Amino acid sequence: MNEILEVLSKNARLTPDEISKLTGQSANAVKAAIKKYEKDGVIVQYKTVINKELIDENPNFVRALIEVSITPQKDVGFDYIAERIYSFPEVKSCYLMSGSYDLLVEVEGENIQTVSNFIASKLSPMSHVRGTATHFLLKKYKEDGHILKKGKQRQRLNISY
Amino acid sequence: MDIAEKVEKLKPSGIRLFFDLVLNMKDVISLGVGEPDFVTPWRIREKAIFSLEQGYTSYTSNKGMIELRKIICQHLHKRYGLQYDPEEETLITVGVSEGLDLAVRTILNPGERVLIHDPSYVSYPAVVDLAGGEPVLLPTRIEDHFKLSVEQIEKGCKKGARALMINYPCNPTGASYTKKELKQIARIADKYDLIVLSDEVYDELTYDFDHTPFSSLPGMKKRVIYLNGFSKAFAMTGFRLGYACGPAKLIAGMTKIHQYTMLCASITSQMAAIEALRGGFNDVVEMKKEYMRRRRFVVSRLNEIGLDCHMPEGAFYVFPSIKKFSRNSIEFATDLLNKKKVALVPGVAFGESTEGYVRISYASSYENLKEALLRIESYLKPNLH
Repeated sequence: MNEILEVLSKNARLTPDEISKLTGQSANAVKAAIKKYEKDGVIVQYKTVINKELIDENPNFVRALIEVSITPQKDVGFDYIAERIYSFPEVKSCYLMSGSYDLLVEVEGENIQTVSNFIASKLSPMSHVRGTATHFLLKKYKEDGHILKKGKQRQRLNISY
Repeated sequence: MDIAEKVEKLKPSGIRLFFDLVLNMKDVISLGVGEPDFVTPWRIREKAIFSLEQGYTSYTSNKGMIELRKIICQHLHKRYGLQYDPEEETLITVGVSEGLDLAVRTILNPGERVLIHDPSYVSYPAVVDLAGGEPVLLPTRIEDHFKLSVEQIEKGCKKGARALMINYPCNPTGASYTKKELKQIARIADKYDLIVLSDEVYDELTYDFDHTPFSSLPGMKKRVIYLNGFSKAFAMTGFRLGYACGPAKLIAGMTKIHQYTMLCASITSQMAAIEALRGGFNDVVEMKKEYMRRRRFVVSRLNEIGLDCHMPEGAFYVFPSIKKFSRNSIEFATDLLNKKKVALVPGVAFGESTEGYVRISYASSYENLKEALLRIESYLKPNLH
C-alpha cells in the first residue's frame, strides 16, 4: 500500500504536515495525493474505532452475522441482489463469499427484535433469497486489527542504555 | 569492606544520579529508552509459553541448543551469504552483552589495547578494563556522521592494538557503514592483523542501504567475531539472548568461559528464538517501517526546533548537538527533566568526546514523540539567542 495510505489507515487524525514529516514527501504533495484519493474513492471515510460495549447507554444493542443463500437469476448477477440488501441502513457490511452460502451480511440493531424484524420482513422475503442463517454476536474481542480490551501498561524502564 | 581496585575504578559516576532521578519521577515522557517499544510478537511469546507447558525447563548444551544454532547459521547464510558451522563456530550467549565480554576476555592478554569508537555503547570500555586490557577511544565527529575514519584507526594501530570493537548501526549515534566504507576498514584490519569484534545487533534496523556484516567482506571471516542477538530485531530484550559466530578456536575459547560463568542461556529464550527466526520476519518488516517514519519525523522536528542533527542510518537513536544551549549534557538533561518532564540520555554517558550531545530514542509511540518534541521546543525557545 502507498505510504500515505498506510499511515492514514493507522491514524486518520494525522495532518498533511505530520504525514509529510513521517514520509519525507512535501506537505503539498501529501495534500494533493490525499485529495486525489478522496476524489477517486480510495479513501472512503475517516472514522473512529469505538468499543461500544463500554458505552452503557443501550445495553440491548445487538449485532448479527447473517449467511444469505441466493438463487442467481438470468441477467441478474449477485451484484444486483447484494445492492438491494446492502442499501438498507441496518446493514453494516456485506460480502460475497465462496463456500456454502453466498452473502455474509452484518446487521446492527437497537435490540434483538429490531434485527429479527429486519430479517423476517425485509431480508428473507426478498425474491432470489433462498434462505438465511442468523448468528448473534455475543462479544467482540478484536475488530479490524484492534484488540478491544485495554492492554496493561508495559513495564519498560523509563531510561536505559 | 574494600572491593577490587579495577571494580572500584569502573564508571559510572555522575550519570547514575541522573538515571535515578528519571526512574523516581512520575509521568515522564521518555525518549531515553534503549529498547523497542513494541512488545515481543505474540507468536514468539506463545512459543515460549508452550515450551514451558511442554516441560522444556532444563539446561541445554553449553553452546546452546543445536536446533537454534543451525537455524541461526541458515539465516546468516540466506540473508548475508555467511558460512558458519553451527557445531564449531557458533555460540548462544545471554545477550550480545555477554558475547562482547566473552570475546574480549578470550582474546586479551593483560595490557593489550583495544580500539573503540567514542561514543560507544557503555559496556565497551568497561569489559576491556575488566579483562585487563586497555581501551583506546577513537573520538568520532558529527561532521563525519559519527563514523570512524580509516586514518584514525590506522593511527591507533600504529601504537599497537590487538582488536577493534565496532558497533553498527551504532548505539548511541545511529551511525552505520556502507560496504565500501567497511572494505577500507577491513584493509587496515588485515594490514595490522587486528581481531574485529563486530556488534551488529541493530542490523535489521538499517534504513538507507543494505547492512553488510564485517565477516562477509573478503578475507575477514578468520579475524572477525560476529555478534548479534534477538533483542532489537524481534523486540526480545528481556529474553536476554544473543549469539557469537567466529573462527572455531575463538568460539572454543569463549565457550570455555561461558561454561564456567553462565553454563548456558535460558532454554525458554532459546525456544522463543527458534520461533523468531522461523516466522518472525513479517513483524520485523512492520517494525522497521514504523521506525523509519519516526526517524524522519524526529530528525525533521529536531532541526526545526534548533537541535542540529544528522540523519542516522540505523538503530532507533538520534544524536543531536545541544551546544547552542548548553555545554553540559547532564545539566541540560536534568533541567529539561525537571521543567518539562521529558527524559533523554546525556551524551557524556557514552563517552567523554560527546559531551555537548544527547541521545534521543525514537523507540516510542508517535504520540509520545510528538508531545515530547513540543515540550523540548517550548523548553528551548526562551533559551534561543
